[in-house]
Amino acid sequence: MRPFDYTRAGTLDEAGAQLGKTAAVIAGGTNILDLMKLQIMTPERLVDIGRVPGLDGIEADGDGLRVGALVRNSDLAADGRIRAGWPVLSRALLSGASGQIRNKATTGGNLLQRTRCPYFYDPAMACNKREPGAGCAAKEGVGRMLAIFGTSEHCLAAHPSDMAVALRALDAKVAVRAADGSERTLPLDEFYRLPADRPDIETVLGPDGIVTGVVLPAPVAGSVQAYRKVRDRASYAFALVSVAAVVTVEDGRIARARLAFGGVAPRPWANDAVTAMLEGEAPDDALFRAAADRLTADAAPHPDNEFKLPMLRRTLVSVLRETTGLAEPSIGTDRTDAAA
Amino acid sequence: MTQTFKMDEPLPRLLDETRQGLIGTPMNRPDGPLKVSGRADYAADRLPDGTAHGVLVRATITKGKVTRLDESALAGIEGVVAVLSGPNFVRNPAQGMAGESPVQPGPRVDYHGQPIALVVAETFEAARDAAQRLVVEYDDAGGAEVDPDSASEVETDDPDATGDWDEAWGRAAAKVDVTYTTPGQVSAAMEPHAALAHWDSGRLTLHGSQQMLRFNRKELADAVGVDPSEVRILSPYVGGGFGSKLGIGAEAVSAALASRDLGRPVRVVMARQTVFDAVLRRTQTSQHVRLAADADGRLLALGHDDLVSNLPEESFAEPTTNASQFTYGAAALRFQQSVARIHRTPSGSVRAPGEAVGMVVLEAAVDELAGELGMDPVELRLKNIPDTAPLTGQDYSGRRLADCLRQGAERFGWAQRPKAERDGDWLIGCGMAAAARKNMLTKAAARVRLTGAGAVVETDMTDIGTGSYAILAQIAGELLGLPESKVEVRLADTDLPGASGSGGSFGAGSTGSAVFLAARRIREQLAAQLGCEPGELTLQDGIARGANVEKSLADLVQDELVGEAEIASGEAAKSHLSAGWGAHFCEVAVHAWTGEVRVRRMLGLFDIGRVLNRKTATSQAVGGMIWGLGGALTEELHHDPRTGHIANRDLANYHVAAHADAAGRIEADFVDDRDDWANPMQSKGVGELGISGSGGAVLNAIHAAAGVRIRHLPATPDKVIAALEAAGR
Ligand SMILES: Cc1cc2nc3c(=O)[nH]c(=O)nc-3n(C[C@H](O)[C@H](O)[C@H](O)COP(=O)(O)OP(=O)(O)OC[C@H]3O[C@@H](n4cnc5c(N)ncnc54)[C@H](O)[C@@H]3O)c2cc1C
Ligand code: SF4
Repeated sequence: MRPFDYTRAGTLDEAGAQLGKTAAVIAGGTNILDLMKLQIMTPERLVDIGRVPGLDGIEADGDGLRVGALVRNSDLAADGRIRAGWPVLSRALLSGASGQIRNKATTGGNLLQRTRCPYFYDPAMACNKREPGAGCAAKEGVGRMLAIFGTSEHCLAAHPSDMAVALRALDAKVAVRAADGSERTLPLDEFYRLPADRPDIETVLGPDGIVTGVVLPAPVAGSVQAYRKVRDRASYAFALVSVAAVVTVEDGRIARARLAFGGVAPRPWANDAVTAMLEGEAPDDALFRAAADRLTADAAPHPDNEFKLPMLRRTLVSVLRETTGLAEPSIGTDRTDAAA
Repeated sequence: MTQTFKMDEPLPRLLDETRQGLIGTPMNRPDGPLKVSGRADYAADRLPDGTAHGVLVRATITKGKVTRLDESALAGIEGVVAVLSGPNFVRNPAQGMAGESPVQPGPRVDYHGQPIALVVAETFEAARDAAQRLVVEYDDAGGAEVDPDSASEVETDDPDATGDWDEAWGRAAAKVDVTYTTPGQVSAAMEPHAALAHWDSGRLTLHGSQQMLRFNRKELADAVGVDPSEVRILSPYVGGGFGSKLGIGAEAVSAALASRDLGRPVRVVMARQTVFDAVLRRTQTSQHVRLAADADGRLLALGHDDLVSNLPEESFAEPTTNASQFTYGAAALRFQQSVARIHRTPSGSVRAPGEAVGMVVLEAAVDELAGELGMDPVELRLKNIPDTAPLTGQDYSGRRLADCLRQGAERFGWAQRPKAERDGDWLIGCGMAAAARKNMLTKAAARVRLTGAGAVVETDMTDIGTGSYAILAQIAGELLGLPESKVEVRLADTDLPGASGSGGSFGAGSTGSAVFLAARRIREQLAAQLGCEPGELTLQDGIARGANVEKSLADLVQDELVGEAEIASGEAAKSHLSAGWGAHFCEVAVHAWTGEVRVRRMLGLFDIGRVLNRKTATSQAVGGMIWGLGGALTEELHHDPRTGHIANRDLANYHVAAHADAAGRIEADFVDDRDDWANPMQSKGVGELGISGSGGAVLNAIHAAAGVRIRHLPATPDKVIAALEAAGR
């Protein structure tokens, strides 16, 4: 760790003013402190937003909810409204990290956590995300945890968040405050950038932007929601692949199928063509297999993670079977109220 | 003064005659309250005034030379004291019981991650910052071989073999000829390696985290170039070792060197990543097992060959086929080892070296043979328990393997087990495996002092979380008729009599026997004072009785009675093969779609001779079973294919089994036995027995559940899926 200044912001304006190219926000600190200890991130100033009022609540927002950026992962997962109306979010949060980490980790920090590519964490190895133009050691290195979609020749890293995958399936938006104090809300696909030739720039936030919260749209009435995470041990491991699903079946047909995939891309991944194949159709194993094949058709795996293709296909089929009633729902699959 | 007892013949079972009733009880560990309240001072917890902090710097090339340490980037960092390197720096930890310095390579670099320098500063923060910013210049030799499968330098032993292989193989009714692989692993002890060194008038004191002080003292002395009598090591609390703290490593040697140079105490604590880089790993293995049996299931041929790896100049080679050589008999046997010389972090003893990976594979192969024969796997094992040790012809000492198999099967409900059942999308099945681990007795000394108020046990034995403080108190209390509260145990200081140390599961049996013999000497003195034969003496709750006399110890012991004893292995180790035995039974669920495996329940029934403490023995056995489960399902080092360095070098990415992996019912129990040829207490080692074979039971259960054999460990979901898809499912 390098010596750094520490300031505690009392307001968002103060925080905004203190940020900049050589500064960084600290929220729960569960990711940034590790990165600073390893000198992967070396901000000269940390701006602690922990005491900024108004960022730690979960409030009604029309028929939806607005979740403040400082709401802890454990509090968000346990919230009764979330568990009833957006259960996939609660399940995704609980599948991540450990109880202790979730107690510290925040909603904003979770969205902005950095990749777990081992070479990103090892200053002895080349990494374009750490140092643009340096090269990518992962390409010919160990690639088990890398992405299969949305990568570029400059970076193959996957986004590690579980929470963000559920948010994508829920069509949530990220509330972002710009340096000039203006605020806008962005769908996740607009909030996160794909790596292209600048894998170091992961979002549209900019050096002095602040995430103020997440906006959940109205709950989907009568939906079945599931978060399924496949990993190398039963808990406390990042996803090899994960599937978040919000599915509604009406009159024997799939009325709505919002799906997002984790562990496979630089951002929570979604595929409209897959959704289009499913919506309006009757649940059916052959259909699910075809949808899964469609999903992985444009994957570009690293030699170490070719397994993610069959794993993702099978996990998707299993989740679709459970969310459409072809199979008994298991733990992690919940139904929301029929009345909106 | 010291009586050395060589274990040549069985001794009478004195612990069955004594009256205190402490031995075998589930006594709590006396160090427990200190540990859970943060009062046990581990090596890194000490910080005397004036201590400087050292942080190790790693090599970032695989092979070559350090040509320059460029300190210019350190200029702005406040409090940097020194950057040290030099001819005394060690390349890696000493192998277990080496008793001499590990390789001191000077500027030579032999693996990526090798500790090459120590940065010392006034604060830990400054030292770490400086260590990260130090610029190291190298002469990179290039071309280092890091892959065991393509290594050009492979040393192959002459095989250990008996019988006519071709003849036995030729007439078999059923055969298995399979290759399994296991990945590299690490010990993954919770406490990172740490040392605090200081010198006083030419004498070095090291507070370290070490398993075997008698050896560590010589290793450290040799590394820094002083006489062992000038070195004192203390390790009263060790936060897990699992083999990784058997020998002196870079943290201890660099702390000692820096402290001598700077004339002040120096503390070095390894970062977790450094523990992965610079502490001995377990080698990956490739194991070729061939089994042949007649139609009745009697083994005709058993072959087990392996390929392991290590750095040049490291003598250790994972003894993969240990248990294969004495568990079952066959007309023809063949064992052969090859060692690939590669430039990865060197390998050494990790949690049951040999059996932990060898028995998984042997027991999975035996299960495959049972399948070929259409025979119950318990039955097949029962059929092949030999009369005498197959390679050596030795008699076995206590061996309740058959009882463990039969009683374990009974308790698990093996006959009624679910077979290829489904629970939703989960496929259910059961598997089993035998357990065997060589039992050893090594040289150990201890002193017991008895006053009217109680007894004190003194030895440099360590307690690495295993329960030494508890069982040594139980042994002394049992022999001297004292309750737990009247026995104090002082450990892990090289000024005390030299013990076995903790390793190879021989600590309790070896050092415990030294305590036993020392206390027995005191019993002899007490008997003489009472005027009775030692055999007539009874001691209980501080009262001595004998020859119709009854006296309290307070009356009998005026000043202090001292007994000191040393035990060493003797003829018994030659005449008898001593091992711990057992049987594992396991039920798993395999997800039909995602390939995830969950252990639902597991039962291990073990023969460890006399149980010294039911609670610590059970914890050891259950812990071992979970290590085995993790070896089968989760643990795996990933090495960079170019540099050989460990890519997953922290506990988030190196997957030790988590609680959720061990959330099923995991039970261990013991068949009560006395192994007369093992040691004077008739006990055997337990720590490493639980891991031996446990992963085999898990793999076999996966096969029973899902019909697929996973031969490349660990059985992560990707491999299960690949096997399911290959089978058209
Ligand atoms: C061992 C381990 C295992 C883990 N396993 C998982 C897992 O399985 N699944 C999973 O999803 N996650 C996992 N995590 C990651 C964990 O979820 C994140 O570390 C956590 O969510 C980050 O939140 P934080 O508040 O602590 O962020 P911080 O560490 O404080 O910040 C993270 C980043 O976000 C920036 N930041 C934070 N808040 C804001 C804001 N409001 N506006 C702008 N920038 C901001 C910081 O500058 C920093 O760059 C794991 C972490 C660890 C250490
Ligand atoms: S994949 Fe991305 S994060 Fe990993 S080394 Fe390459 S550039 Fe860096």
